[in-house]
Amino acid sequence: MTDAAPRRAAPAISMKPQRRRSRANAVQTRAAWALVIPFLLVFAAFLIVPLGYAAYLSMFTSKLVGGHVFSGLTNYSQALHDPNFWAGLRRVALFLVIQVPIMLGASIFFALALDSGRVRGGNAVRLLMFLPYAIPGVVATLMWGYLYGTNFGLITQIFQHLGLTAPNLLSSGNILGSTMNIVCWEFVGYNMIVLYAALRSIPAEIYEAAEVDGAGQWRIALSIKLPALRPAILLSVIFSIIGSFQLFNEPNLLFNISPNTVGTAFTPNLYAYNLAFRNQETNYAAAIAFLLGLVIVIVSSVVQTVTNRKERRA
Amino acid sequence: MKTLRSTAVAITALALTGALVSGCSSSKPTGAAASAPVTQAQIDQAMDTPTTLNLWAWVPDIQHEVDLFEQKYPKIKVNIVNNSGATGQYVKLRAALQSGKGIPDVAQIGYDHISTFTQTKSLLDLTPYGGAKLATDFVPGIWSQVALNGGVWAIPQDSGPMGTLYRTDLFSKAGVSAPTTWDQFATAAQAIKDKTGAYITDMPGNDMPQMLGLFSQAGVAPFSYDGKSTVSINLDSPAAQKVVSYWQNLIQKNLVATDPDFTDGWYQGLSRGQYASWLTAAWGPVFLQGTAKNTSGSWAAATLPQWQAGQNVSANWGGSSNAVMAASTHPIAAYELAKFINDDPASTVMLANQQFLYPTTTATLTNPQFSDAKSDFYGGQQVNKFFAGVSATVADNLQWVPFMDSVNSSYDDTVGKAITNHTDMVGALAVWQQQVVDYAKKQGFTVK
Repeated sequence: MTDAAPRRAAPAISMKPQRRRSRANAVQTRAAWALVIPFLLVFAAFLIVPLGYAAYLSMFTSKLVGGHVFSGLTNYSQALHDPNFWAGLRRVALFLVIQVPIMLGASIFFALALDSGRVRGGNAVRLLMFLPYAIPGVVATLMWGYLYGTNFGLITQIFQHLGLTAPNLLSSGNILGSTMNIVCWEFVGYNMIVLYAALRSIPAEIYEAAEVDGAGQWRIALSIKLPALRPAILLSVIFSIIGSFQLFNEPNLLFNISPNTVGTAFTPNLYAYNLAFRNQETNYAAAIAFLLGLVIVIVSSVVQTVTNRKERRA
Repeated sequence: MKTLRSTAVAITALALTGALVSGCSSSKPTGAAASAPVTQAQIDQAMDTPTTLNLWAWVPDIQHEVDLFEQKYPKIKVNIVNNSGATGQYVKLRAALQSGKGIPDVAQIGYDHISTFTQTKSLLDLTPYGGAKLATDFVPGIWSQVALNGGVWAIPQDSGPMGTLYRTDLFSKAGVSAPTTWDQFATAAQAIKDKTGAYITDMPGNDMPQMLGLFSQAGVAPFSYDGKSTVSINLDSPAAQKVVSYWQNLIQKNLVATDPDFTDGWYQGLSRGQYASWLTAAWGPVFLQGTAKNTSGSWAAATLPQWQAGQNVSANWGGSSNAVMAASTHPIAAYELAKFINDDPASTVMLANQQFLYPTTTATLTNPQFSDAKSDFYGGQQVNKFFAGVSATVADNLQWVPFMDSVNSSYDDTVGKAITNHTDMVGALAVWQQQVVDYAKKQGFTVK
C-alpha cells in the first residue's frame, strides 16, 4: 500500500487530496492495529513464544547424569534415523489416505441428504450426528472399550450369538482400522455441520433457476451443490490432513484399553508425548514435534498448491 | 475439529515441557536438612511449633491416619494432596522439583521409584532424624527397599508379597489341586482348559512389575544401582529367559490368556470365571473382593508355584513408602509425620484394616486384629495370616534403576507386545535389554 501510493500519486497536482487520504489511512491503520493487537499478543504468548522455546529446547540434551548441554542438531539427526518416528509417520500417512476420504465422503453424503429436506426430523438427526464430537474422552474410552473388548465386548457378543468367530479388533493388525472407525464416528458429524452450513448459504434463486431449467435433485446436487461446496471441502481436507498427522487423542484413548498393540510410538504425537513425560527426554521430544510440524507444513502446502492449480485450470 | 484439540494438547505439552526444563537451570532449593543427629529436645521443640506440612499421597482416606497424628501433635497441621495414583504423583512431583516451587514436605513414593528420586538428590536422608533406628520394626526384605547406599530414604508403608489366588471350584472341576511347582502349573493349565474351558491365569502384556516379581522369584536380579552413576542391567540372563520361555510355551498352547490387566475386559474376565487363578500380591485379595463379588466363596490363597519342588520362595510386587523431600523446610516434623503414619501401632493397624494396605511392620503383621480376620470371600480362609507367612519368604534380590518409567514403557513395547501378539517373547527380551541399556547410556550412566 505505502509502496504503491506514491507511484500513483506522482503528479504534483493531486497533492492535497493525497494528504487527506493518507491521514484517513493513518487513522484506519491505527484502528486496525488496535483491533489486531489483542490477538497478536495472545498469539505471541501462546504460540510464538512456546514454539521458539521448543525450538531452543530441541537444541539441547538433558541427561540424568551430566545435566543440560547444548547439542546443536544432534536431536534432529537422531530423529531422522529413529525407526519409531518413521513408523509413526507411515502409520498416520496410511491413516490419512484411507480414513479422510471415507470420512469426508460420508460427511458430504449426509450434508446433501439433510439439505435435500427429505429427511424427516432433520434437526434431530443433525444433532445426533454431531453428538459424538461433544462426548468427553473418558466416556468415549469406556464406551469403545466396551464395544471393542475382546472377551465380552458388544461386537464379540454379537458375533458369538450368530455363531461366528469374532475378529480381534484390538490386535496389532486391526488397531489402525479401529482407530479410523473412532475418528470417523467423532468427526463425520462435525464435518457434516461445516458442509451443511456451506450448503445453506447457496442463494435460493439458483435453485429456482435450476428448477425452471428442469433439473432434478441429482442434477442439482452434482452441478450446483457440489461445486458450491468446494471451498468448504478443501478446508475440511486441509484440517483433516493436519488432524491426521497430529493424531493423538484416539490412540491415547485406545492405549488404556489395549496398551501393547497401540504402543508408545503409535503416532508421532503420541511418541513425542511419551518421550517427554514417560522417558523424560523432553529435548528429543521437542525435536520430534518440530520435525512433525515441518512434515505437516510440507504436506498441507503441497495439497493446497495442487488443488489451487487445478482450480485455476478449471 | 480434531486439529483444534490436538493443537491444544500440543500447546499444553509444549508449555509443560517449558515448565519442566526451565527448572533445570534454576538453582535447587535447599531445605533445612540436619547433618548431626537430631536431639529429642529439637524434636520436642519442632513438634510444639505451629507448622503446616504438605503431604502428597494417593492412598484413599489417608486423612484418618493424619487425624491421629494431628491429635497427638495439635500444633501441626497437615494438608493432603491426592494426585490420584502413582503415575500422576511422579509427573507432578518431578515438575515441582524442577521448578523448585510447591514441593511437598512428605510424598508417597513406590519402592521402585525411590532411586529415581535419590538420583536427583530430592529425598532427605532420614538417618540423622532417627530413621535408621526403625529398621527393627519392619520386615527385613522391605526395609532393604528404603535403606539404600548408606542412607534411609523413606519409611515403608505397604508391601506385596506374592501368592496365587485361585478358583477352588474351577480347579476341582478340572480335578487338579493348587499346583506347588511351575511344572504342575503347566499340567494343571491343560486340564483346566480341557475340562472347564477357562485359562489357568492371565499373563498381561502391560504389567512389568508382575513379570519382575516372577523374575525375582526365579532368582533373577536384573538391576543394580550404586546411588551415583553406575547401573547394571541384566534382563536377558539365562534365568530370565527360562521364565519368559516358560510363559511363551503356555501362551502359544493357548492355555494362558493375554489380556491387559486392570482394564474393563480383565475385570469381567475375573468375575466371569475366564481365569482360574491370579498370580498376585498380598494387596490382591481385597482388590478381588471388590472386583469379582459374584464369585465370593470360591477363591483360596496359595503360595506361588516353585521352580524346584520343596522350595518356598516368593517375591514382592508393588508397595510404597513415605519419603521426606530434601526441600522441606520442616524436616523434623515431616519425618515425624512419615514415621507416625507408618510406624505408629494404631495408625498401621488402621492402614491395614481400613485401607487394606498390606502391613510392613512386624508388630501389625502379628497383631491378631489384623491376622486373625477370616474372609467369606475366601471360604473362611485367614488370608492375612497366610500372606504374613509369605512375607518371610520374599526373595531379597530386588533392586531398581533410577529410570523405571522408561524401563516400563520399553517393556510394554517389546516383551509386552510379544505377549499380546503371541510372538517370540525370548527374542523380545533381548530387544528390551538392548533398549534399556541404550537409554541408560544416552542418559549418561555407566552400564556395567
